[in-house]
Amino acid sequence: MVGLENKAMNKTIIEVRNLKKDFHVGEVTVRALKGVDLSISEGEFVAIMGASGSGKSTMLNILGCLEKPNAGDYILDGVDMAKLSKDQLAALRNQKLGFVFQSYNLLPRTSALENVELPLFYNNKVKAKERRERAQEALAAVGLSDRMDHMPNQLSGGQQQRVAIARSLVNDPVVILADEATGNLDTRTSFEIMALFQELNSKGKTIVFVTHEADIARFTSRNIVFRDGHILRSENVTDRFSAIEMLKNLPVTDDIETS
Amino acid sequence: MHISNLLKVAIYALKRNKLRALLTMLGIIIGVASVIAMLAIGQGSKKSIQDQISTMGTNLVFVMAGSQQRGGIQMGNSGAVNITVKDMDAIRADCPSISDLSPEVRANGQAVYSNKNWPTSLFGSNTEYLNIKKIEVGSGRCFTEKEVKSAAKVCLIGATVIEHLFGKDANPIGLTVRYKKIPFKIIGVLKPKGTNTFGQDQDDLLLAPYTTVQKRVMAITYFQSIQSSAINETKTKDAAAEMEQALRKSHKIKEGAENDFTIRSQDELVSTFSSISNVLTILLGAIASISLLVGGIGIMNIMYVSVTERTREIGLRMAVGGRGKDILMQFLIESILLSVLGGVIGILLGIGVSKLIGILMGWPTVVLPASVVLSFFVCTVIGVFFGWYPARKAASLNPIDALRFE
Repeated sequence: MVGLENKAMNKTIIEVRNLKKDFHVGEVTVRALKGVDLSISEGEFVAIMGASGSGKSTMLNILGCLEKPNAGDYILDGVDMAKLSKDQLAALRNQKLGFVFQSYNLLPRTSALENVELPLFYNNKVKAKERRERAQEALAAVGLSDRMDHMPNQLSGGQQQRVAIARSLVNDPVVILADEATGNLDTRTSFEIMALFQELNSKGKTIVFVTHEADIARFTSRNIVFRDGHILRSENVTDRFSAIEMLKNLPVTDDIETS
Repeated sequence: MHISNLLKVAIYALKRNKLRALLTMLGIIIGVASVIAMLAIGQGSKKSIQDQISTMGTNLVFVMAGSQQRGGIQMGNSGAVNITVKDMDAIRADCPSISDLSPEVRANGQAVYSNKNWPTSLFGSNTEYLNIKKIEVGSGRCFTEKEVKSAAKVCLIGATVIEHLFGKDANPIGLTVRYKKIPFKIIGVLKPKGTNTFGQDQDDLLLAPYTTVQKRVMAITYFQSIQSSAINETKTKDAAAEMEQALRKSHKIKEGAENDFTIRSQDELVSTFSSISNVLTILLGAIASISLLVGGIGIMNIMYVSVTERTREIGLRMAVGGRGKDILMQFLIESILLSVLGGVIGILLGIGVSKLIGILMGWPTVVLPASVVLSFFVCTVIGVFFGWYPARKAASLNPIDALRFE
């Protein structure tokens, strides 16, 4: 089993205390988060689960520094985000976070390599040559060395998501935030993507994975379940799946009929 | 983001939509090209008028008898007889800004040679007249000071008169032409000058010493006008002022009383006629500017569409670390690129069209460097102005909403 023994608690990457977030829709106030405490250590692979409206998306937005909480603390890799301005938050996202989305969000008519380079454009310390090299490395890490010049419309869904993962890796973030990253993919491709995440995790990457699919969550090391703005439970996965093993057991001619 | 990266991103975005970028630029291209071409036509007409007026004489300042206006009533000056040799001498003595000075008298009648006759003007002047009026002697010679003094019956002849009396390309030197029954010996032929701004044939004349015309032809003692050249172009105003003083003194005009003569300079003529073509230039330019404005609005329109279309891209850029001002600059630079690139193409096209109009229509066109620089500047301003609102809209998007935008 891959990376199961992550219990040796390392440095704390994400520290959340009594986090609250309200939304005002007309005259109604929706309390999306009602005081959440959460701690994620380096090297963890955490699944955030919950039904729609449970607050998991709001949680992800705040963890991704895209939104500020109304109350409570969020400390990311030693930085208290409450004290930062909008521009400083952008810089924080650029240096410490990687995003993977359900719908890939690749730039159309832009090669895989240039898509992966994108985050480094917003880092003035990285020169053009280094930017290219790092993007090539990231694409190699997701197994797409031979697809660097392909446009998104020339790639399959799984390959597009791999490009997106390479993009999230290119700035060497402290944590990768994935939002329903397998939501648009079939079972086999989902497993392949989870295998990639497991591989990255085994190399030490911290991953926070938002999903509503219980079987996908079984690939992670810890499941945190949200309900009505609270954490319902947080439990380590005892019988964790290995995506590589699962792939072996899938029938090969699942979709494609050979006659 | 570094400016070089911003440029790269903007160029890349435009390249992704080449046809659309080109169509958007078309508005600016047509606008700038028409501004350049219209201004070139206006300037060309102005220049050709100035050129033609300058053929009338060298830094010309002239005095006509009679005031053109007296107590608000426009007076003719045909009856005025008050400019004489005395005034000539006064001007000669008191006007340091004048180099050449000549009286002008003019008789109208028929020039006759054997069985042919032709209606023409006989001008009388002194020897300095040729310099003042930019008239050159083609062959033969001009009359001398001595011939002026003795009121000799000699004359110079213009090309039109030669053609009608002697036939084209004939050499009439030494022959005698009669004018109001007075025989004039032809001593020189004037170089052709062509038609002036007002459609007058400048070669339809005889030129003789003023004394001869005054005494023998017209039997008068006054001049119709005094023509003079200022030392240089900048001195024409001084020359006119000096002449006014000299003439007021010589005519003993009291302080505060109206002049009984009129002074005009070439400068005034130039500015009068230039103002007409200035109005033309402004009018043409203004109409063309409207198309430039429409081009700018086209850019704004497309930039708005582009921002909406690329909402998710904007969200993504923000998520991976793009700040509001990075996004603002990206879209602003895109619109500036569109307008400036369109402007450059438009300038080239405008210069080409101006040249083509010059060749095909035979209109004089002059492309002023200032109009090129101005167009370029205006394009940049249009890019910033019309790109600003769409860019600000892009920069103010909420990344979360933008990422989920369908």
